[in-house]
Amino acid sequence: MAATDIDKSSNEEKRNLSLGGHVGFDSLPDQLVSKSVAQGFCFNILCVGETGIGKSTLMNTLFNTTFENEEASHYQNGVYLRPRTYDLQESNVHLKLTIVDTVGFGDQINKEQSYKPIVDYIDTQFENYLQEELKIKRALFNCHDTRIHICLYFIAPTGHSLKSLDLVTMKKLDSKVNIIPIIAKADTISKSELHKFKIKIMSELVSNGVQIYQFPTDDEAVTEINASMNAHLPFAVVGSTEEVKVGNKLVRARQYPWGVVQVENESHCDFVKLREMLIRVNMEDLREQTHARHYELYRRCKLEEMGFKDTDPDSQPFSLQETYEAKRKEFMGDLQHKEEEMRQMFVNKVKETEAELKEKERELHDKFEQLKRMHQEEKRKVEEKRRDLEEEMNAFNRRKVAAETLQAQSLQAASQQPLKKDKDKKKSVKTENQSGANLSSSKVMIAKANMEPLNCDSWWQAMQCCTCLVKNAAWREGFF
Amino acid sequence: MDKEYVGFATLPSQVHRKSVKRGFDFTLMVAGESGLGKSTLVDSLFLTDLYSERKILNAEERISQTLEITRNAVEIEERGVKVKLTIVDTPGFGDAVDNADCWTPIARYINEQFEQYFRDESGLNRKNIQDNRVHCLLYFISPCGHGLRPIDVEFLKAVHDKVNIVPVIAKSDTLTPREVKNLKQRVRDEIEEFGITIYQFPDCDSDEDEEFKQQDTALKDSFPFAVIGSNTVIRENVERPMRGRVYPWGVVEVDNPSHCDFVKLRNMLIQTHMQDLKDVTQEVHYENYRAQCIQNLSRSGAKERASRNKISRQSITELSLVPLADTEKLIREKDEELRRMQEMLQKMQQQMQQSQGEQSDTL
Repeated sequence: MAATDIDKSSNEEKRNLSLGGHVGFDSLPDQLVSKSVAQGFCFNILCVGETGIGKSTLMNTLFNTTFENEEASHYQNGVYLRPRTYDLQESNVHLKLTIVDTVGFGDQINKEQSYKPIVDYIDTQFENYLQEELKIKRALFNCHDTRIHICLYFIAPTGHSLKSLDLVTMKKLDSKVNIIPIIAKADTISKSELHKFKIKIMSELVSNGVQIYQFPTDDEAVTEINASMNAHLPFAVVGSTEEVKVGNKLVRARQYPWGVVQVENESHCDFVKLREMLIRVNMEDLREQTHARHYELYRRCKLEEMGFKDTDPDSQPFSLQETYEAKRKEFMGDLQHKEEEMRQMFVNKVKETEAELKEKERELHDKFEQLKRMHQEEKRKVEEKRRDLEEEMNAFNRRKVAAETLQAQSLQAASQQPLKKDKDKKKSVKTENQSGANLSSSKVMIAKANMEPLNCDSWWQAMQCCTCLVKNAAWREGFF
Repeated sequence: MDKEYVGFATLPSQVHRKSVKRGFDFTLMVAGESGLGKSTLVDSLFLTDLYSERKILNAEERISQTLEITRNAVEIEERGVKVKLTIVDTPGFGDAVDNADCWTPIARYINEQFEQYFRDESGLNRKNIQDNRVHCLLYFISPCGHGLRPIDVEFLKAVHDKVNIVPVIAKSDTLTPREVKNLKQRVRDEIEEFGITIYQFPDCDSDEDEEFKQQDTALKDSFPFAVIGSNTVIRENVERPMRGRVYPWGVVEVDNPSHCDFVKLRNMLIQTHMQDLKDVTQEVHYENYRAQCIQNLSRSGAKERASRNKISRQSITELSLVPLADTEKLIREKDEELRRMQEMLQKMQQQMQQSQGEQSDTL
């Protein structure tokens, strides 16, 4: 095809030509420089280390300024990252510096999940950049690049070797970000111990396959210095923001009773080396590495995950657009299918609940009928009982009346008897305490009987009239 | 009239002679993360070389390391006084990635020593009891932090009622004097905040001389001690050979009280308070353990907590009354119960009588 023909021809015909005079394209780098200076630079540093190991102090010392920072407490529940962005300016160069701090690293008792928040943060920054890249209307040049360019890993100055947490974390981070290990608080290690410590750390890193950032040695301008610096890794640094008078000038140092540790003194610590390497020589290379190596790796993994491939089974280059369309159709199809399913489920559920509710309604009706019937039954029974009771009451009343008349008759008959018979009666009345109502009425009758004369001849009439009944002696004996 | 000389003023020297003959023993336990200078400090303290051949593990081996307890016994002698010194080390503390409950072996070890002593004491033949109980625990705090860490707090809370804790700030040549002061204050505040009991110096009697009292207050103020240890003896450029660390910016002298508190720690631990540490272990921690043990045996399942009878330093004099008071309380409680039941019985009887009487009345 025409396109491939042209390619082949341009590959074969690259010749070196010499110029007759000065054209002037040697000012290209300068144009580039002035453009980037106008644009401004941005740099993102991630500081990983335990609480209190000197991350903030080192940042302050490196950039010769004070970034506001509160001291972190040891009692965080987990690790979280705290990014802070600052705008710095030196001569006419603007630098947008982001410092990401790990708060709570190494403080928990169980540190198995400590590395996760860090890895997640780095991945999120890559993801943001990838999304921006894949947009249709994108603004890659104007957007704020938040990918981490360098990770400074702070090693505690134990003097023996790396801690287990350090090893595990560095292994997880080495494929995602450039790592430079630093020995923090190096003023606690003497020279000989430091030498052994550095060798031990490097050998451990190598034997566990951890890839730390190597300063590039392919550019002749910096190859010498970089190579020698590579031999000094990891850098043993001391940070300080206080100034102490040494000789006749003020230098940044730490004052001890036994001496003064000068931060910028090469024989005291490697701070100057770190600053050279990090800021003065290799900053741009760090950004390039982040973009070219770590970001590309992330992008490749992510896209492969999504199903994109570079070449077809027929090894024709795949068009991203076609794949994208295909994926989109698939996705929409899936979506519709799911919608249908959900609608179906919803309708089914509605039917079910309706049926249930109808059931319940019927049951309620039945119950109501039943209750009504029971209620009526009971009412009837109660009515019956009432009638029975009334009858009984009537019968009782009649009997009472009859008894009263009988008593009255017997009393009348016995009115001539002496009083002591009354007493007997009373006594016997007392002992038969149970019939209370009868008692009081019979007393009344007796009283009556004592006063009224008996005026009935036959016992039948006496029955009708209680006074006669009581007075009649014969009836009295029998009655009581 | 002159009082005649009886002669019991020689008792102290008799005690001295006997104790020299018997010899002393002291068990010191050191705990803290790796790399804080525990072994170096122990060597400096006793001016010996206990740790000349030891293997330090790689980081990779330490990822899942468990704690082990090692014991190292040496006999040292000075001016005729023999001391059998046992150092109990705890390599692997806080080294693994997951350190949950990594201190349980230590707590168990301390309890085991108490248990063994308890059994020996209750045995028939008590002539040669070996006292392996831990008399003092030196806990190393890392200077790289802002105070105590969660693992420190958990560990101290687990053992503070079993052993005398003396916290020290390790590798303090990384801190300037102002930072040392701040860190000490921080650690003191946090110890109080979390309710951890550490070894308290006994108050000196009021009839001691001023100098001693001043020393005592100075000692208490510089708690926890900020120490530096060293095995190397420096011979050049100094007036006399001394232990220290050589840096390009100066020489740290371990024996210099203005450089670190090593001298104070050594004096406290060995010269002045060694016997007090042993006494407190015997009288307070061991007695607590013993009381708890006995209560658990006799009242298993009871709801009473042994902590009610916990002994503090001030109540040592009332020590003998504590077990008695216990049984007396029991007796008293039982008496009360009996009385209550009797009262109830009486009431019931009365009620019955009353009801009977009522019935008879009405009848």
